[in-house]
Amino acid sequence: MSARSTLRALPTLLRIGVSEAVAYRAEMFVWVLSTTMPLIMMALWTAVAREAPVGAYGSQDFVRYFLAAFVVRQMTGAWAAWMINYEVRQGTLAMRLLRPISPLWGYAAENLGAMPMRLFVVVPIASFAVYTVGWRSVPETVWGWAFFLVSLFGGWLITFLVNVAIGTLSLYMESSTKLMDVWLALFFVCSGYLYPVDLFPPVWRTIIDWLPFRYQIGLPVELMTNAHGFGEALGLLGRQWLWVGLMLVISLGLWNRGLKRFAAFGG
Amino acid sequence: MLRRYLGLLGVQLRASSLLAMQYRGDFVIEGIISLFWTATALAPLFVVYRERESIAGWSFGEALLVIGWFTLLQGILEGAINPSLTGVVEHIRKGTLDFVLLKPADAQFLVSTARFLPWRSINVLAGLGLFVYGFRLIGRAPSPVGVLASLVLLGTSVLLLYSLWILTVSAAFYVVKVDNLTYFFTSIFDAARWPASVFRGALAFVFTFVIPLAVMTTFPAEAMLGRLPWTSLLWAVVGSILFAFLSRRVWLHSIGHYTSASS
Repeated sequence: MSARSTLRALPTLLRIGVSEAVAYRAEMFVWVLSTTMPLIMMALWTAVAREAPVGAYGSQDFVRYFLAAFVVRQMTGAWAAWMINYEVRQGTLAMRLLRPISPLWGYAAENLGAMPMRLFVVVPIASFAVYTVGWRSVPETVWGWAFFLVSLFGGWLITFLVNVAIGTLSLYMESSTKLMDVWLALFFVCSGYLYPVDLFPPVWRTIIDWLPFRYQIGLPVELMTNAHGFGEALGLLGRQWLWVGLMLVISLGLWNRGLKRFAAFGG
Repeated sequence: MLRRYLGLLGVQLRASSLLAMQYRGDFVIEGIISLFWTATALAPLFVVYRERESIAGWSFGEALLVIGWFTLLQGILEGAINPSLTGVVEHIRKGTLDFVLLKPADAQFLVSTARFLPWRSINVLAGLGLFVYGFRLIGRAPSPVGVLASLVLLGTSVLLLYSLWILTVSAAFYVVKVDNLTYFFTSIFDAARWPASVFRGALAFVFTFVIPLAVMTTFPAEAMLGRLPWTSLLWAVVGSILFAFLSRRVWLHSIGHYTSASS
């Protein structure tokens, strides 16, 4: 499979992803409703900050932070782990393998194809944030926007690649959805989804700075709400893409080795 | 009539415990995962209370009681309510619900008792552990009357939870692709982790009257602390019975409009 024909197939794959997202819009709506955690955390933290600010965060900052967290979560979603699990168990992965293009591109295109639909939720929320808590809710500079978009893409890539890695593990064991649950639990606690990572005790902070979770949600959110200067932001972006690279190596390695073990009917 | 249904319940319970025994390895793994979840669920609490002594009138120990009730109910939800009713969604998709409807017993009863996951009882134990720890932090024991009231509220909470689930499942008759419904439900239920007085404005209204989360975890915790007014207890009982009645009507309505796989 040459790189050129992969590139030629991509627009079509993306188009399929978009039409699938449009076809199952009710499902997407339900999913959006089930990611309301940031809004609940927002209610909680503004209640905490009512008397006095928490660290650097006042009530308004929490509103800004959690609306951004909601937006980032919408735009970095991936569900390849469940798909791979399901398709391995059902044996339908064989269908995908028959195509002259790696199934991973298919999964990726399905995820990315859902993003345009998500904008219908994300843009109003972001506008609402700007309306209620001011322009600091979105990047204020041009480089800020650029960094934010890059971090958003990086965050999605980490999420997607972790999904692929854990999904692929279902080729080694019966089902890896349990493992995904464990990952998700760590993700919720360490990613900045439930509270800004600044609020962790310093020792924890250092550990979390080196773990991948923060770069899935926390970093894009911080960049969206103008939490860092240029130099600091650049350093954090570097770490994020280091994780992207590492995850790429891990997940592709697992995938290629795992496929050799895949023996559905006819295989 | 009642005896027949009790007998049926026995049969269903035996069948699902046999099924669970088949996968003994799962018991350990599931147990570890559910303890792990409980531990991570506590993390936000520690972060919040690192900042303040009390939040919206709840001290750390008191908030632990709410989380204890949440964990306990989660165990019941995931052990007894979720598994069998997720089966309904599967039935609808595959068209095998017809077989259930043909059986000479109430369909809601049959689908609600189809499957149990006994290992989720670990969650119930974790919840009880949190109660003990919470009360040790507060420095006194719950009053006997309070415990009694909280037991009544346990009944109403389970009834509310079950009715909410029935309503969610009824939605499955109308929406085609519903894999996400479980996630939707559990993520809404997640808000019950926090004392209801934390929420203000629109959220407070929704969580008290529309999705009565406040009644499920905050009320029992307050009852244990001996500060729940009797009128609230009465309202919880009346409200949950009304809610159960409503969900039963909705279920019958959706079953009535269900066009089976072959028609």
